[in-house]
Amino acid sequence: MNSPFTPGIAASRLSQDDLAENFTDLHAPLDAHEAAVAADRCYFCHDAPCITACPTDIDIPLFIRQIATGTPEAAAKTIFDQNILGGMCARVCPTEDLCEQACVREMAEGKPVEIGRLQRYATDTVMDKGVMPFNRAEPTGHKVAVVGAGPAGLSCAHRLAMLGHDVTIYDAKPKAGGLNEYGIAAYKSTDDFAAREVEWLTSIGGIEIKHGFTLGDNLSIDELTGCFPAVFLAVGLGGVNALSIDGNDRDGVEDAVDFIETLRQADDLSSLPVGRNVVVIGGGMTAVDAAVQSKLLGAETVTIAYRRGRDAMSASRYEQDLAASHGVKLMFNVQPVAVHGNGAAVALELEYTATTDGKLSGTGETIRLPADQVFRAIGQTLTTDAGLELDGRKIAVTDTGRTSRKGVWAGGDCAAGGDDLTVTAVAEGRDAAMDIHATLMEGA
Amino acid sequence: MADLTTDFLGIKSPNPFWLASAPPTDKEYNVRRAFEAGWGGVVWKTLGSEGPPVVNVNGPRYGVIYGADRRVLGINNIELITDRDLYTNLEEIKRVKADYPDRAMIVSIMVPCEEQAWKDILPLVEDTGADGIELNFGCPHGMSERGMGAAVGQVPEYIEMVTRWCKQYYSKPVIVKLTPNITDIRKPAAAAMRGGADAVSLINTINSITSVNLDTMSPEPSIDGKGTHGGYCGPAVKPIAMSMVSEIARDPETAGLPISGIGGVTTWRDAAEFMSLGAGNVQVCTAAMTYGFKIVQEMISGLSQWMDEKGYTSTDQFVGRAIPNTTDWQYLNLNYVAKAKIDQDKCISCGRCYAACEDTSHQAIAMSEDRTFSVIDEECVACNLCVDVCPVEDCISMVAMEPGTVDPRTGKVVEKEYANWTTHPNNPAATAAE
Repeated sequence: MNSPFTPGIAASRLSQDDLAENFTDLHAPLDAHEAAVAADRCYFCHDAPCITACPTDIDIPLFIRQIATGTPEAAAKTIFDQNILGGMCARVCPTEDLCEQACVREMAEGKPVEIGRLQRYATDTVMDKGVMPFNRAEPTGHKVAVVGAGPAGLSCAHRLAMLGHDVTIYDAKPKAGGLNEYGIAAYKSTDDFAAREVEWLTSIGGIEIKHGFTLGDNLSIDELTGCFPAVFLAVGLGGVNALSIDGNDRDGVEDAVDFIETLRQADDLSSLPVGRNVVVIGGGMTAVDAAVQSKLLGAETVTIAYRRGRDAMSASRYEQDLAASHGVKLMFNVQPVAVHGNGAAVALELEYTATTDGKLSGTGETIRLPADQVFRAIGQTLTTDAGLELDGRKIAVTDTGRTSRKGVWAGGDCAAGGDDLTVTAVAEGRDAAMDIHATLMEGA
Repeated sequence: MADLTTDFLGIKSPNPFWLASAPPTDKEYNVRRAFEAGWGGVVWKTLGSEGPPVVNVNGPRYGVIYGADRRVLGINNIELITDRDLYTNLEEIKRVKADYPDRAMIVSIMVPCEEQAWKDILPLVEDTGADGIELNFGCPHGMSERGMGAAVGQVPEYIEMVTRWCKQYYSKPVIVKLTPNITDIRKPAAAAMRGGADAVSLINTINSITSVNLDTMSPEPSIDGKGTHGGYCGPAVKPIAMSMVSEIARDPETAGLPISGIGGVTTWRDAAEFMSLGAGNVQVCTAAMTYGFKIVQEMISGLSQWMDEKGYTSTDQFVGRAIPNTTDWQYLNLNYVAKAKIDQDKCISCGRCYAACEDTSHQAIAMSEDRTFSVIDEECVACNLCVDVCPVEDCISMVAMEPGTVDPRTGKVVEKEYANWTTHPNNPAATAAE
């Protein structure tokens, strides 16, 4: 067996037991009593700030009160009414920046009501029983195409199915779920939760998922609009921003999203190779997820190198602290210059940066970090604009997700506006579904 | 540290905290543990007549009301008087009293409403060396069906009669324990006084059903699918008990009658409140049953600290001090005008005051776009509901308006002079000013 000190990139750095321990639930689920105690802390605020802070507008005080009174099933219904992926959002939402930041107890005591964990308690209660609390309306006879089986696509599909439409989802990957399945840290979606959630969500009926279809490749917008009166695009950001530095092509230089995807799909974590010295370039959630999981796999040193200051980092302070508590070193104001090595990477050269007159530039001072493995986590991009108008680098949409093309809606990470969060994608999918429904039923 | 020694009816105890007649005082073992823990006195669990003792149910005896985190707010019970042999109890009482001469030992008694029954038991109790007796006229369940307990306590004539027998056949203090399951607590108290009682103790437990099992449709505690009303006690009953204590302390007929206060005493503060309303000491049960005997240590230290802070050197200095300020509604000053005031630095913007006022009161709180909550003086009647529901202590307060200023709600000048309903022009029964 190898160890954290084994040179290069190697598998089996830790024992099976340590790996299993490292990749358990980040936040253990609440048991019934813990949930009752946590729920009791909610003040049932008037016009509660937490609701306003939730991109899906879940009636949080109501669902917490329903937990407090012993009806977590009713609480789950309250959550799912607004957010059918409430189970995943309970696990991955940056609640510290959303509902829990707005909680009045955060202001009062610096200790908000544990909304995320309570939401998980409620949603788990229902999902573990396999109960789908919604029924489909009378069939409308309409068929809608959804491209992408990630959070936005699934949310849209479920709402449409509920309203009586038949939905076909086209997805590029062999499994549905999008980033929930392939893109987030394993310790946030344990026990195959993403796949179980898809199975549960589609149990409402009327949703068919076809795999192996990639927009702009073997699927075209013209084909879709020809067959379906309404199309919802939720293709996410499938491309990765390029990093143009010397040595970018050395062995050991990889995209963080690929590493995470491989890890999420691995049956045996001990078979996953990871560097002794890992550097992740970037400052978002993907960077944190890749860094922490490298450490959990047994890397000796892991560093996140971010070119701006801490405040500009898009990973929340909570995520930064999570990384630090796992032994990940956070470096700010450094940008990559070159990957050194002879074939394989052995070191990453970084240059310190400074911002002058709002412009970031190198100071000339450099530092070399040992690096067997370098992960690029500097953002993702659209792979195709599908002939639609763009807003910046994303598809331009109205409030209800309408694109520049009649009959085509878009939402989730591929659409402009809103944060690139699961919960935002869910809201956009849901709202587009309502608009699609209204459009299809016009004159009905 | 203030001296907590209390003299109640000539019975001295090192502090005013007695354990009430109840399950915790049923046996020598428990009572010794209580005295070791520091309790000032004990009212031994109620003795019945000689002969086969009563039997208890063999299923649950207690039901409960929970607050947050399963905090016990109230317990009810369907346990009867002692189910142990009379002589076993008497021997134990004698032994414990001999070993703890500085603690108060009171024996609770409940025998049928016949003179001979009392004539038989009282000499036996006298022989134990206990400091006094308490007549259990309060138990609302089981025993009342047999013509004892609350069945006696609900008929003032019986109270007077039995009390008189006790004074006749027993030489030491007689305390009459009153049931709250009546309409006017002053009537049984006056009856006890006429019968010669040295004191009353109150309240006994309140008729109650704590909960219903919605699966079996049986009240809790449920015995083989059936439930019955039990006696309710604990923090939830304290307000009822304090009101009754104050009624007796205030009524001219019973004023001055010593009172042992019972009902939800859980902390030193509860005890101080009962005593300020006229109780010479307090009796505790539910708090001990919830947390064990050790809680008396907090009661002792807390009461001492408070007395030191206030400059009281003995408990009798504050007994009844709140009674002059306890009055009838008709004598409240209607010229006193207050307005709610929200401390914006303390406000956490939960909006509970707004919801309460807007939905259920006087629409006197305004809410801004940025969740700033402020009082609309033109609408505020100073009802205090916002203060009550605010989760932050001292965030909202009631501020009295200065005489001479104008109340924006009524447009009237706040008068300096006291004026009450008895002379108010809207009162059809108003009497001319005296």
